[in-house]
Amino acid sequence: MRKAASSREARLARITLEDLRHTYGTMADGEVVWALRRMTLELADGGAYALLGPSGCGKTTLLNLISGLLRPTEGRILFDGVDVTDKSPEERNIAQVFQFPVIYDTMTVYGNLAFPLRNRGVPEPQVDARVHEIAAMLELEATLKQRASGLTADGKQKISLGRGLVRSDVNVIMFDEPLTVIDPHLKWVLRSKLRELHRRIRRTMIYVTHDQTEALTFADQVVVMKDGEIVQIGTPVELYEDPKHTFVGHFIGSPGMNVLPCRVENGVALFAGRPVDSANAAAYRGNGKMLELGVRPEFVRLAEDGIPVDIVKVLDAGRYQIVESRAAGSTIKLLVREGETVPEGRGFVHFAPDHTRLYEDGWVVR
Amino acid sequence: MRKTANQLGWLFVLPVVALVAFNAVIPLMTVVNYSVQESFGDNVFFWSGVRWFQEILTSSRFHEALLRQILFTAIVLAIEIPLGLAIALAMPRRGPWVSVCLVLMALPLLIPWNVVGAMWNIMALPEIGLLGKAINALGITYNYTRQPVAAWFTIVLMDVWHWTSLVVLLCFAGLVSIPDAYYQAARIDAARPWAVFRYIQLPKLRYVLTIAILLRFMDSFMIYTEVVVLTGGGPGNSTTFLSIDLVKTALGQFDLGPAAAMSIVYFLIILLLSWLFYTLMTRNEAK
Repeated sequence: MRKAASSREARLARITLEDLRHTYGTMADGEVVWALRRMTLELADGGAYALLGPSGCGKTTLLNLISGLLRPTEGRILFDGVDVTDKSPEERNIAQVFQFPVIYDTMTVYGNLAFPLRNRGVPEPQVDARVHEIAAMLELEATLKQRASGLTADGKQKISLGRGLVRSDVNVIMFDEPLTVIDPHLKWVLRSKLRELHRRIRRTMIYVTHDQTEALTFADQVVVMKDGEIVQIGTPVELYEDPKHTFVGHFIGSPGMNVLPCRVENGVALFAGRPVDSANAAAYRGNGKMLELGVRPEFVRLAEDGIPVDIVKVLDAGRYQIVESRAAGSTIKLLVREGETVPEGRGFVHFAPDHTRLYEDGWVVR
Repeated sequence: MRKTANQLGWLFVLPVVALVAFNAVIPLMTVVNYSVQESFGDNVFFWSGVRWFQEILTSSRFHEALLRQILFTAIVLAIEIPLGLAIALAMPRRGPWVSVCLVLMALPLLIPWNVVGAMWNIMALPEIGLLGKAINALGITYNYTRQPVAAWFTIVLMDVWHWTSLVVLLCFAGLVSIPDAYYQAARIDAARPWAVFRYIQLPKLRYVLTIAILLRFMDSFMIYTEVVVLTGGGPGNSTTFLSIDLVKTALGQFDLGPAAAMSIVYFLIILLLSWLFYTLMTRNEAK
């Protein structure tokens, strides 16, 4: 530890997960439940990543495996090519911020921020400098001498963040849904603060959340997870414009992507018995059990002819209207600009061919 | 804003008032009544003012009993609180052994007090008791019916055996309620076990410990049954604690006046010390 403290130069780490699998135990009938299915993943150093997925998808498990709070059932974890699978969180030299603020009640705010440094034997003048630097970043300076237990929820979470950020030599900083307990109007402030901090300290950051807005605004690369598997890794724009899986299309975006059952004949997708132009139907090889067309509401428009639909509902969402329509038993949502008239009863819709994709058993056809 | 005159509300408070009155106020007032009068047979009473109080407060018998009581409580607290905390920390927090430990811990608490006294009485007998024979076999002369030190040793041991479990259970409940995230954060912050205890477990156990100390203080200050069964307050007066002294005065000698005055003094001492403990232990929160 003294060594880590002395070599305080910025040390960035590339994180590699090799064939990682994890289970919390076997069911009574002997069946193994994998909280995390086999995955291989590489996280570049200095990147801002988000792990996004619904509750129970294994994102916190993955985070705890990287931090070393859990030991993987199978597979290896490498930091810069060095195997750290059996190393403790302390040896891995990582920082983690938890969902609920963890503070040391009896200490002052200063004591809390200094705690990780003092435990590692950092000389007191350096501790003092670091604590003041971090406190200034997080606007905690005025409260440094106060007892930590007296602060509000967001003040306490700032202390947690501060304890994560105070060590200058960490390999990676991880956030496990850190804004859950924060008031909505402060969420935005803290999120932009984190973004700014990432830009300043250029440390690898992994941010776990089920909130797409948080993930998309924080991260350069978003890892979307479902049922213990990685579904897609990409920039926010890629996830939005080119979802690799219907889940990504549905989970990201508000409202999510329309997913419609279809058939394919001679390289052309048929929905409700009508041919629909799509970006990739020609590539279909004809062996999928379930075929679906995916198109985001943004790329559906009302037309003079095309797919006949029944207009069910019109919701006013401010700058645009969300129109819900039905055709052949499926719901199709589309966005119409404010002010445009929406026909009542029957109408026709048209899908933008470039943004309409064929999905085979959930995965996009290539 | 004007208050609405509505006397109906009193009706709703009445049951509680009645309950508290019969449960606490009336008995207490009866005692107060006795404490300022001299009683004779046939329900004849004479006003005696503060005489009994003066007598009690200047009586060396009372002083000695009080000293013995304070010493006993201090010893018992000094052993049971740290020991209970240590056992709770050492107990498993997950898995099948948790329930085994909890049941074992709860057993002494389920035994009636006079049975506890009788058990230890038999166990500590120098000739036939397991404990008594074992100690004597070690070459130490031990006879709790003759030696005050041996009597004290036996009583303290009995109380520790009987009541440490309560502290253990309270502390254990406090420990399991600490979220995992605290321990995880401590691992990431590279906190040593001592720091985890000092900065996480101890602060989180503060309220539970306050309750444990208060309960153990009050109960040990009022200890009666076990000691009466075990030593009867002897040898001599060496284990005559306040409650035993009180019963001797009130029932043995049937001195209602002095006994009532003593009860009130006893009650006020417990009240004062409990208040003192509580204020000291929760003082930091007020800031």
